[in-house]
Amino acid sequence: MKTSTPTQALPSAAKRSGTYFGLGTYLGLAGALLAMIVLFSVLSDHFLSYSTFSTIANQIPDLMVLAVGMTFVLIIGGIDLSVGSVLALAASAVSVAILGWGWSIFPAALLGMACATLAGTITGSITVAWRIPSFIVSLGVLEMARGVAYQMTDSRTAYIGDAYAWLSNPLAFGISPSFVIALLVIFVAQALLTRTVFGRYLIGIGTNEEAVRLAGINPKPYKILVFSLMGLLAGLAALFQISRLEAADPNAGSGLELQVIAAVVIGGTSLMGGRGSIISTFFGVLIISVLAAGLAQIGATEPTKRIITGAVIVIAVVLDTYRSHRARRQV
Amino acid sequence: MSASAQTAVLSVSGIGKTYAQPVLGDIDLTLMRGEVLALTGENGAGKSTLSKIIGGLEVPTTGHMLFQGVSYQPASRAQAEKLGVRMVMQELNLLATLSVAENLFLDNLPRRAGWINRKRLREDAIRAMAQVGLDAIDPDTLVGDLGIGHQQMVEIARNLIGDCRVLILDEPTAMLTAREVEMLFEQITRLQQRGVSIIYISHRLEELQRVAQRIAVLRDGKLVCVDAIAHYSSEQLVNLMVGRELGDKIDLGPRQIGKVALSVKGLGRGDKVRDVSFQVRSGEIFGISGLIGAGRTELLRLIYGADLADRGGIELGSPLQRVSIRSPADAVRHGIALITEDRKGEGLLLTQSISANIALGNMEAVSTGGLVNSREEMALAQRQIDAMHIRSSGPAQLVSQLSGGNQQKVVIGRWLERDCPIMLFDEPTRGIDVGAKFDIYGLLGELTRQGRALVVVSSDLRELMLICDRIGVLSAGRLIETFERDSWTQDELLAAAFAGYQKRDALLSDAAPRND
Repeated sequence: MKTSTPTQALPSAAKRSGTYFGLGTYLGLAGALLAMIVLFSVLSDHFLSYSTFSTIANQIPDLMVLAVGMTFVLIIGGIDLSVGSVLALAASAVSVAILGWGWSIFPAALLGMACATLAGTITGSITVAWRIPSFIVSLGVLEMARGVAYQMTDSRTAYIGDAYAWLSNPLAFGISPSFVIALLVIFVAQALLTRTVFGRYLIGIGTNEEAVRLAGINPKPYKILVFSLMGLLAGLAALFQISRLEAADPNAGSGLELQVIAAVVIGGTSLMGGRGSIISTFFGVLIISVLAAGLAQIGATEPTKRIITGAVIVIAVVLDTYRSHRARRQV
Repeated sequence: MSASAQTAVLSVSGIGKTYAQPVLGDIDLTLMRGEVLALTGENGAGKSTLSKIIGGLEVPTTGHMLFQGVSYQPASRAQAEKLGVRMVMQELNLLATLSVAENLFLDNLPRRAGWINRKRLREDAIRAMAQVGLDAIDPDTLVGDLGIGHQQMVEIARNLIGDCRVLILDEPTAMLTAREVEMLFEQITRLQQRGVSIIYISHRLEELQRVAQRIAVLRDGKLVCVDAIAHYSSEQLVNLMVGRELGDKIDLGPRQIGKVALSVKGLGRGDKVRDVSFQVRSGEIFGISGLIGAGRTELLRLIYGADLADRGGIELGSPLQRVSIRSPADAVRHGIALITEDRKGEGLLLTQSISANIALGNMEAVSTGGLVNSREEMALAQRQIDAMHIRSSGPAQLVSQLSGGNQQKVVIGRWLERDCPIMLFDEPTRGIDVGAKFDIYGLLGELTRQGRALVVVSSDLRELMLICDRIGVLSAGRLIETFERDSWTQDELLAAAFAGYQKRDALLSDAAPRND
């Protein structure tokens, strides 16, 4: 499978860059995922079916690309709460370009992604320039982006039609172009993180920013770039969503940031920075999506779903903390 | 109870502690009632570890302790404190945003029906503060508003509250002015009379000779001497600490002292560093001495662009040219390297491998088009491991698993791959055992033979006298005097280190005798 190839090629690289991510971690996550699939198959007759698979495959590309961006943000020790709003902002920009200005779909898509990238860059620049926690800056940008999205669309859902529908129409076996794009993003991002100077610097910044600075590297542009990338990926996720819903909803993605962060953290990326893996994040996204789909299948009510999802997040973090403590003790 | 002076309060036998390597071995020591026992030794000799074991902050690997005749195995600091074993550490343990009174009684605030009894808190605080001569301070003052010396006294006062049988003072005078030191000594005498036993950790020998009755000297984790302090001269004590007669110079090998490579001109920032000027030639080691807080680290950071100077600047190269350095990245581009004092906080990526740490700052050398070539990265790390004799299991080993000396070599190794003719070292041997220190000295020699210009800051005067060609002494932010090799004496260097403060102390005591 596509995802296990880099796993096997990289255990030494993971060890080298000092992350705790190796084959063991990935096997553990895969095991947890498998256990959930088995559990839901037992609980529901319909779970193990083509339709469940295609539902999940259809819905996760947005979450996947957002989680990739968030993994980078968490690795440098930041957090970006604005992703849901930025997604709505991008979607609104696309709708205005197409419906208002009569643009064709590609320039409109580019405009949407550019707006989202700009929003991310603003978050990053303010965070870096005034040394403010990105938590609070992105909280502000969350509000602003949402406001702009409402402004642009007059707070109404804009129906765009099936111009982008090809993105989420399955090519074969329920796999859509957006799913393929998301996998591509994951592949490139994992390479970026483990194989490039950029990736090394990000892990370094998250581990000890002052050490990186005193080693003669200016960490600021890298930090800003990470937030820009987050924005860009939120723009991409917006396109995926438009293609699925055939509409741009200014309310889209509200609360999505928490789901994204949860997926990344379940994967084992540290909220304290310096430690993370895109492949783990991929597993995190799968776990949270399978959980949602499975709970829906066994007929769990919305409140139950939320309680269980929340509990899974907390358990994941507790396990991870335990694991890293143990790793440190072995030192 | 009749207080016999010869009752043992605390006895320690066979105590040892092993982290990655043994840091403390087989310590036997007895503390008598009402005595002041000086505990001394070089940095890294194990003083802190031993005192932390007694204070309940560390659990010993071997051995056992008796406190007042009963087996004593504190599992935590709180447990030790409950029994009356208290420790005042170098890092203050105060909450800056609370008042002095609140800090003093934080673990046991006087309450009435759940509400803090402000009046009693105030009265108790005044009483506790009087014990350490802090009568002049209002107990409602915020701790953060006090000077560092007063904060230290508050910390001591806090530990005297309640039942204190054994008080451990770790370098208590490091931040104190002469007047505050006097006050502290008075209090120590009073505590002694109350029967409190004190372990006084310091390497300021003249203080120890004044205040202590017995001395225990640690060297490389072993106790080398426990005896009445009066039996020894200062020189004998130094020799005990170091373990051998230090020569007055290390042969750094044949080297050529060339042209001026770095000229610092009128560099200053606030009142931390005031208009410092000096020159360093290639192949030369320029030492910077001074007391803690004299502005040594700050000066190096200004040269390196880690902080920005308000005034002055630096000139580099031949012929000398003024360069503008606004960031460490600028400094590195101009061939300046800084090896920081705080290895763990500012130098290393602790949770990462040796190779990742060495490659940091050398990414151009091990990458093409932004892609890291792991084979080259490993080769680079291996090269430095071999060249610097870094003891490790290989380039993939995590830096956090290395000893202090080897960690320091990793930081230095990072710079050796690049062309940096000027290297600034801030306390290069801090926390490193004696053997590794000499490795580092050898390495500094090697660097000078390559024609690099070195600036070395150190608190260890003997170290500077051993390796430097010239020593500049900073005091209160000013470069007081620069001494040439063979024209200095330890006394002159020390006098210069105090020079800036005497002036300031005099000014302060003239202007506002009771104010901080």
